[in-house]
Formats: sequence, C-alpha cells, structure tokens
Amino acid sequence: MIEGNANVASLDAEHELQTEDPTGINQVGETPSGARRMILNMGPQHPSTHGVLRILLELDGETIIRARPEIGYLHTGIEKQCEVERYAQVTPLTDRVDYLANMSNNLCYALAVERLLGLEIPDMAQWMRVMLVELTRISSHLVWLGTHAIDIGAMSVFFYCFREREEILKVFEMFSGQRMMTSYIRIGGLALEPPRGWHKAVTNLTVRLVKAIEEYEGLLTANPIWMQRTKGVGYLDLDIMIDVGVTGPMLRAAGLKIDARKDCPYSSYEKFDFEVPTRTANDVYARYEVRMEEMKQSVRIVKQALDGMPNGAWQADAPGIVLPDREKMKTQMESLIYHFKIVTDGFRVPVGSVYQVIESPRGELGYFVVSNGTSNPHRVFMRTPSFGNLQSCGAMLEGIPIADSISAMGSMDFVLGDVDR
Amino acid sequence: MLPESVAQNPIAAAVYEQFPEAVKEAQIATGELQLTIAPEQIVPICQYLKETSGFERLSGLTGVDWWPRDPRFEVVYLLHSIRHNTRIRLVVRLAENQEIESVFHVWRSANWYEREVFDLFGVIFRNHPSLDRIMMPADWVGHPLRKDYPIHGHKYSYKDE
Repeated sequence: MIEGNANVASLDAEHELQTEDPTGINQVGETPSGARRMILNMGPQHPSTHGVLRILLELDGETIIRARPEIGYLHTGIEKQCEVERYAQVTPLTDRVDYLANMSNNLCYALAVERLLGLEIPDMAQWMRVMLVELTRISSHLVWLGTHAIDIGAMSVFFYCFREREEILKVFEMFSGQRMMTSYIRIGGLALEPPRGWHKAVTNLTVRLVKAIEEYEGLLTANPIWMQRTKGVGYLDLDIMIDVGVTGPMLRAAGLKIDARKDCPYSSYEKFDFEVPTRTANDVYARYEVRMEEMKQSVRIVKQALDGMPNGAWQADAPGIVLPDREKMKTQMESLIYHFKIVTDGFRVPVGSVYQVIESPRGELGYFVVSNGTSNPHRVFMRTPSFGNLQSCGAMLEGIPIADSISAMGSMDFVLGDVDR
Repeated sequence: MLPESVAQNPIAAAVYEQFPEAVKEAQIATGELQLTIAPEQIVPICQYLKETSGFERLSGLTGVDWWPRDPRFEVVYLLHSIRHNTRIRLVVRLAENQEIESVFHVWRSANWYEREVFDLFGVIFRNHPSLDRIMMPADWVGHPLRKDYPIHGHKYSYKDE
C-alpha cells in the first residue's frame, strides 16, 4: 500500500511501490496538489522502453512521483548455459548478451579467457579487433541515436541512422558471414582470415560515416525542438550516479573523464590516438553530444587502424587451443588430431579467476570468469553496463513529467539483453 | 600474516593492519589483488575501503557455487577506485544457509546485484532494503544458478500450466 504522505522517493524505498491490482491502474492516496495518485504500468511491451522493461510509475497528473523498474523479462539463463558449454562454445552466447554491440562482448570474453590461459595475441589480430570493436561502437551509437530520436519525435533520423548502420553490417557480413551475431572475435584471435577487399570496403565506409555524422548533427544539434526536449532533462548528481553503478557516457557527460580504453588499455588501444569526450551539463543533451563525439573518435581510430594495420598472423600460435588451418587439417595427421581434440574435448584452462574490463558503447563491461581446471567454465559473470545504468532509473525519473522520462531513459542507452542476460 | 607476494601491496597491507583476523587469504589473482574476508567483517572492511582507500565504486557483486564443497558459496565483490585507477576483489565464503550483511549502505549499486545473488543462489543479505527476486518470476521455487539445479529446470514444459 502507498502511504498517504507523498515523500519524494529514494532508491532505498523502491520496494514500497507495490500494486495488487491486476489491471495495473490503482487510484490511492492524495498527492500534494490534492488530486488523486495513479499507478501506471509502463509495461514490458512498450515501444519506448527499448526492450522488455517494466516500469511502475506512481503519477500525480503527468509528473512521476516514484518509478520502480522491474526487469527479468528477457532473462534466458545465459550465465547458467555458460557452465555446461566448452570455453569456445560460450563465444556465440556472448554475442547475444548485448545484441547491439556484439563484438564488444566477444572481445571481453576472449580477453578474459586469454588472460587465464596466458595467450599472446599477434598484433594484426589485436589491431583488427580494435577496428571491428570501434565499428561496433559506431553501429551501437547509431541505433541509440535513431531510437532515441524517434522516441522524441524526430522520425527521419531513425531512417538515416539505420541506413548507415546497414553499411556497417555489410562490412561485418563480409568478415564473418553474419550481420549481427558475428562471433568473429574468438579465443586466440579471429574466427577467419580477414577477407579480400576488406581494406577498400572499410575505407569507403569511413568516408560515408564522416559525412553521415555531419548530417545527423545538422539535423539535431542546433534544432530548437531537440534542444527544448533534451536540455535540462535527466539530471542526476554525479556522486549518486557513481554510487548507484552508472558507467560510460552518462558519467562522461557529467564531467568525469573515465574510459577503460585509456585507464586500463587492452588489445593495443594504447597505440591509438584518440580523445575521450566529456561535457559538464549532465543532461540528455550533453549525453547526446558525448555520444556524437565518440562516434567521430571511433571513426578516427578506424582510420588509424586502416593506415597502420600490421601484417602477420590472425590467430595465436597455440595449437591446442586455436583450431588449425582447414587445409592442413585435411592433410596432416597432427592438425587433424588437434582439431578433433579441440572440437570434442575442448581445451583445459588453468584454475583461477579473472575480471576483465572493457569499454563497451554502454559503459564498463566486465567478464568475471572462474575456471576449475576443466574445459567448461565454472562460472561466467557478466558485469553488464546496462544493469548498472538502469539502477539509476528510480532516482532519475523522480519528479519529472512522463514525456521527459522517455528522453531520460533513452539517454541511458540500455539494452535489455545486457540487463537480464 | 600476509604472503610475500601480497605484503608489498599497500591496499592489502592497510586492510591487514586494520582487520588482521578478518583477512583469511590474500593473493594476486591474474593481475588483481584478491582478499578472502570473514563474512562478519564485510561491512566494516567495505566501509574502510570506500572511505580510506578510495574505492568509490562497487563495480559488481556476484556469487559462485562450489557445491559439493563446504562452504559452498563464494560471494565476490568487485571494487574499483577511480582516483587510484585500481581494482580489487573481495571474496567471502558462505555455507548453505549462512546469511551475510548487505553492503547497500556502503554502495547503493549493491541493491540489484545482491537481489540477483539472492534470486539465483539463495544467499540471504541482511538489512537489504528489498530482497526480492529480480530475474526469475516472483513465485519461482529454487535457485537456478546453483550447481545442483538442472540446466533445463525441473519442468519439461510450462504449456499446460
């Protein structure tokens, strides 16, 4: 039951907002304005919750007094599944956790297991990983921009963003045969040798992206409607955000220069020259600016990768872990045996645990992998950025109108696969 | 006494100095300091690490089930210090029905992470503001991430429920 006095909600009291009314609308209690309060269910099916997220809103007219998000509608037990699969079989599962930034997940898992194994990855594979992960970042930000804009009403931006994203997905298909669930970054390197003509395709893509990002900025950055809908909206104190577990562009838009690519570089990021954009306004507009700038910096990194891509192997030299060359497998006995052992038994990973952190488009993505010496992981915990970011929902949505809550939630850029796993 | 490899680490040394009986084990696990702590002392140690050692962020909190070993559960706290750019891990070992104090009042981000550990492992966190199931439906029976919980659940089909 809701209490009579309308205290401004805090994260601590989120459980008190309960409803036994199956219709989801319940008029109880008095509001400060004297009208009656309503509980509205922004149900799991909703175009603007970016997935199956349920938010219980306690409303005074159109102002949200309290918001309680409920998750778990997309929980598919990926972490449990990881425990019965071989280490290499977990890679396709990781694609599906954050389904808009597939290669980031692949990379984090691969890096974690490679640390446990003590594998050295050749330079070419590392640079290729960086290039593909940055393209993934651009693709993810394009989806964010498109869906965020269409939530607020700017429909054309949605079409334009997906048009560019289509080009990026074509490049992914060229590399791995898959548009989205590529599983291209595997333990030990890449899945396949980079295809002929990849350099030209990615070069054309960067030219196109530079023009496209300018186009989006032209449509939105100085647009008075956009500015009115996003400036001053979605503010949450930086200290509260850090305490609640927010990471990524939301912290950068509040002035904190934190980025795992710079703080704990992985996969040769220290060899690339790029900036980490920050703003201080800490509202939806600032987060928009940060992500637009991040897209530009990602294009910059991709260009550096194109210019300086080293030659060399695309897989580590570890015959017991990495699958041998297909042709060799068909003609040489040793390769055949390795192939057979790896595919049927898998490879054993030494006992230990590792926590690998990368900067995914949504924030800090971490994989905590525990190994018990067998060829199945003992535990894979995915510290996903959207789970932490969504925890701030209750505090961010307090006291703002519903329309602003849509902007604010869009600026969090969460993906339910990430949240629920 | 802290082992040789860890005694040089300032964070480990500081924690050991403040709470000598609480630190059961200490090791550098794959590049990160990992301290195994007595469960009763988790909140004072977390408070100390947050206020004095500068670990403003709780990156994540999770459980590991080592069934049939006893104590069966491990709760792992992943801490991150932004100002010192370091990460450490705290590990707590719990028996099957042993409860542990919630660290919600130290870092608010523990809220959903502890709910997840309760939901999927069955570990009870005392003084948590709302320890409900978070991933599974509210009326679910059992804790899916336990090792003795079958991979495909107990029921073959929910079709005729």
